[in-house]
Amino acid sequence: MASLKKFFFIKARDFVHAGEASIHIQSLLKSMHWDPVLIRRVAICSYEGEMNVVIHGGDGVLNLSIENDRLIIEIIDDGPGIQDISLAMQPGYSTASDEAREMGFGAGMGLPNMKKNADDIQIESEPGIRTRASMTFLLESPKETP
Amino acid sequence: MRVRELVEGFNLKPIAGEQGLDREVKGGYCGDLLSDVMAKAPVGCIWLTVQGHLNIVAVAVLREMAAIVITGGREPDVETVQKASQEQLPVLTWPHSSFELAGRLYALGVGAAPTP
Repeated sequence: MASLKKFFFIKARDFVHAGEASIHIQSLLKSMHWDPVLIRRVAICSYEGEMNVVIHGGDGVLNLSIENDRLIIEIIDDGPGIQDISLAMQPGYSTASDEAREMGFGAGMGLPNMKKNADDIQIESEPGIRTRASMTFLLESPKETP
Repeated sequence: MRVRELVEGFNLKPIAGEQGLDREVKGGYCGDLLSDVMAKAPVGCIWLTVQGHLNIVAVAVLREMAAIVITGGREPDVETVQKASQEQLPVLTWPHSSFELAGRLYALGVGAAPTP
């Protein structure tokens, strides 16, 4: 399979354009006739990752790459970082603002949803400097959620 | 069942995305927490929510939903209407609670379709 790379900018607190990168990626994968279940898993992870930057992060970038047997979504932002990653991974834990919560975000489900739907997820954070989340999807994937 | 039939049957008010009224409704989902909806809403569902802000459109598009119903007499934001029109995604309103509409939809045979 041919390799492909694309990137998208994500702006912090920009709820107006939030989700556009994910919609773009979804249509791209559809046009490539990918498995619908796999596309949905990628869309969930990409959207949650995008919203994490919009809600919590500084400005960031989403890198999409497809090579051989895998698709990788890497999201890097120069936000405040995550103090305690294992705590942030716990379902229900959230540090979202009241504004975000009123909009129906901040349920503490973003990172758990990402973990559930990606074949592999790596999160690194330097508090005060940046966060990098990398999610890998195998094209012949055994996962069947959602 | 088509979105149009539900609009006519229950007097749902189309606010945006009328071009999508012939979409097939394959199930239903109620939810106001977007991550929950993003993770669990079935493909092709009609989504009942009190949220009217712009971000519901991205969730509905990504979950390939048939339509959104904003319940409880609430109205969508102007940006939501514009974005939904671009996406040809029907946004409807209903003056009563999600519970009431969900009950009626269920009685009509719109069940909780399996995910995905």
